[in-house]
Amino acid sequence: MTLDSRIPGGPITEKWDRRKFENKLVNPANRRKYDIIVVGTGLAGSSAAASLGEMGYNVKLFGIHESPRRAHSIAAQGGINAAKNYRNDGDSIYRLFYDTVKGGDYRAREANVYRLAQLSVQIIDQCVAQGVPFAREYGGLLDNRSFGGAQVSRTFYARGQTGQQLLLGAYQSMMRQVHAGTVQLFPRREMLDLVVVDGQARGIICRNLVTGELESHSASTVLLCTGGYGTVFYLSTNAINSNVTAAWRAHKRGAYFANPCFTQIHPTCIPVSGDHQSKLTLMSESLRNDGRVWVPKNPGDKRHPSQIPDSERDYYLERRYPSFGNLVPRDVASRAAKSVCDEGRGVGDSGLSVYLDFADAIKRFGAPTIKGRYGNLFDMYMRITDEDPYQVPMRIYPAVHYTMGGLWVDYNLQSTIPGLFVLGEANFSDHGANRLGASALMQGLCDGYFVAPYTVANYLGGASLPAVSTSHDSFKEAVAAAQARIDKVLAVRGSKSIREYHRAVGALCWDHVGMARNEQGLKGAIQSIRSLRDEFWQNVSVPGEKNNLNPALDYAGRVADYLEFAEVLALDALERHESCGGHFREEYQTPDGEALRRDDEYSYVAAWEFTGVGQMPTLHKEALTFDEVHPSQRSYK
Amino acid sequence: MAMTITLNVWRQAGPSAPGRFESYTSDKVHPDMSFLEMLDVVNDDLIRAGKDPIAFDSDCREGICGSCGLVIDGIPHGPDPGATTCQVHMRRFRNGDTITIEPWRAKAFPVIKDLVVDRTAFDRIIAAGGYVSMNVGGAPDGNSVPVPKELADLAMDNAQCIGCGACVAACKNAAAHLFTSAKITHLGVLPQGEPERYRRAAAMVEQMDAEGFGSCSNEGECEAVCPKQISIASIARMNRDFMRAATSK
Repeated sequence: MTLDSRIPGGPITEKWDRRKFENKLVNPANRRKYDIIVVGTGLAGSSAAASLGEMGYNVKLFGIHESPRRAHSIAAQGGINAAKNYRNDGDSIYRLFYDTVKGGDYRAREANVYRLAQLSVQIIDQCVAQGVPFAREYGGLLDNRSFGGAQVSRTFYARGQTGQQLLLGAYQSMMRQVHAGTVQLFPRREMLDLVVVDGQARGIICRNLVTGELESHSASTVLLCTGGYGTVFYLSTNAINSNVTAAWRAHKRGAYFANPCFTQIHPTCIPVSGDHQSKLTLMSESLRNDGRVWVPKNPGDKRHPSQIPDSERDYYLERRYPSFGNLVPRDVASRAAKSVCDEGRGVGDSGLSVYLDFADAIKRFGAPTIKGRYGNLFDMYMRITDEDPYQVPMRIYPAVHYTMGGLWVDYNLQSTIPGLFVLGEANFSDHGANRLGASALMQGLCDGYFVAPYTVANYLGGASLPAVSTSHDSFKEAVAAAQARIDKVLAVRGSKSIREYHRAVGALCWDHVGMARNEQGLKGAIQSIRSLRDEFWQNVSVPGEKNNLNPALDYAGRVADYLEFAEVLALDALERHESCGGHFREEYQTPDGEALRRDDEYSYVAAWEFTGVGQMPTLHKEALTFDEVHPSQRSYK
Repeated sequence: MAMTITLNVWRQAGPSAPGRFESYTSDKVHPDMSFLEMLDVVNDDLIRAGKDPIAFDSDCREGICGSCGLVIDGIPHGPDPGATTCQVHMRRFRNGDTITIEPWRAKAFPVIKDLVVDRTAFDRIIAAGGYVSMNVGGAPDGNSVPVPKELADLAMDNAQCIGCGACVAACKNAAAHLFTSAKITHLGVLPQGEPERYRRAAAMVEQMDAEGFGSCSNEGECEAVCPKQISIASIARMNRDFMRAATSK
């Protein structure tokens, strides 16, 4: 199968208008005849369900949480970009497009990114009209801030809880449709399989997490909005229940998985404090505006930071990148922290952290000013670490934060399975090899409010969709397979907890498919993942029963999928013989240790086709062309 | 460094099954653990011993998703003001302490299992009117309607509600007034929410009553435990809007 990205013709500025005009429409009176399944209730899922419900379709919305409002979009802090140019500082749709393609290290599809930038302005209008309480100036107009290294102020925000407010806006719109009867909610349901009938996605199998019952739901089309796979690393800034299961099972039914090795590691997180830790907490990257990053010059220097004189400190970002200093982009800052810790110069009990020191800023501006800027972050840090960052330097370390890779989709957000659409972080499309700050919320809402409603309608209007009931053999087969997998994992009755396996696969990914990767490490990791997977099925201990609320059983299923997915993650990293964005191959670096992209050979999307567990998947390549933004080396010296 | 902690935990197999306290002791508790990580450790030991682990909800573990919620020694979300259960750390306790853990207890929040309760009543209150009735596509420019900063800030203070239900758990009447009024205030003070202000208040209050939440007797327990420290001033606003809706019918 060749990958057809279905990018419309014409100049980049007109592509989306052309596509909207070419699209088939569904008569309003006919829309209620179509059932649409939406899986996932975050920004992408809730906004798509709200929008499609308003249009008059019958939407069934599934989520693993008790309430749609709990999805992990809720935790996004910083903001959402939009090319409004309210600041009169030279921003434009083209500039947002340009910044996003460049920031993605030239591994994103230009046409998608341009559409994202175009629609960004409508997202803000939509959210304001819903009552999202964005920050305002005294004159009553919307406030903006600069973010993620952009040279313009285009980020809209609601204190440090922008994701929460945007999600609640989408959730409320969606609940209005629940009230109107166009959206039906299925909470505490986990999608365990995609049902494909005659080559079309026609339904899902899900487990009712309260009763344990396996349910079959048929529909005309299925939208996956199930987020990223960051928790394969065990420790990440993602929520405990975030997982790859829905996307992975769709992959096993024929949806290609694209660029899994493009993962984002955020440089400023609170470091790991012990084996008990279940997740990591992000500290906003704005802290680097005033904090100075350093480690001792000498390896093994365990003195208290106040005892280390300036002459024995290495402000390594300022030393290596004199022009950008502490404000280098996320991927560069993360790698630099790793390398000083690898040299034995990391601080803290574990030696896996670096100082982020506010002493100079406090001296210059006074503690009250610093408190005004970062007070809530300092409080959060203190609550978790029991250390006072006004007195001693903060300790930070990079952590997995976002995954740019995901299921392959064309310009219409349709996967390689007709009728299966993938939205938000679950798809691969817009961020290339590195995502810029405040762009994730933008993409989730863009896909859900403004792209999928048009492209899904086009599919429904053009496809032949004979009636399919859940008594079809394809449903029966999928239910039997899901049941067999549950029975199998419960039957192991081994001696190791599920968490031990999750932690083990996470450690393998972090050590070998994390901030720096090399051929030998990746090959070893693939072998280790395989044997860990075999051992899991021999020795995992899953308590309880299948016919009631059993969080351990849910967790076991997700970890089992990660033990399969991790292999493709490592394989993709092994196959990509270049460094770009979040993917750093040690063999491919410039003489001074910077990422070396190889555009001649690797300017493509790697889309993997499933061929069986433990089997070599088939690689399909979608060539990327850059007509507007010409690839260049990123330098921050 | 390790602490020994004894837990008295409410165990209940299902909504209609009888519940009881069971006691567990762990000597693997570290002061830097969060409260939920401590429960993870206890659960992993139960799983290894072939026993049923303690069921509880949690997700983001940074105080924003609203999933977690335990009554710790009689206080919803435990001893730290302005914090959710997941933000409580074990250094708050002493070696040898005994801690009692219960689920939210309210008629409108039936227990599903152990410490997991069903809070979908909150979703139904929102569905009754907790939104601005506008469709995607018709929004005017974001700056076309100025919103005074004071009102935007007041809206945000209330919009911060995470829907955890601690307000209900703390109230002797199991009233949902703080939750409901926070949404009514968030939307009601903004120009975008003004057209439906009174209709919204009436519909949400009606649904709140239908779900079986109790009445408000103005004791402020809800405000005291709210992890987002939402003010009960919003309840007064809700009552005014509701009265106006009721009298103008």
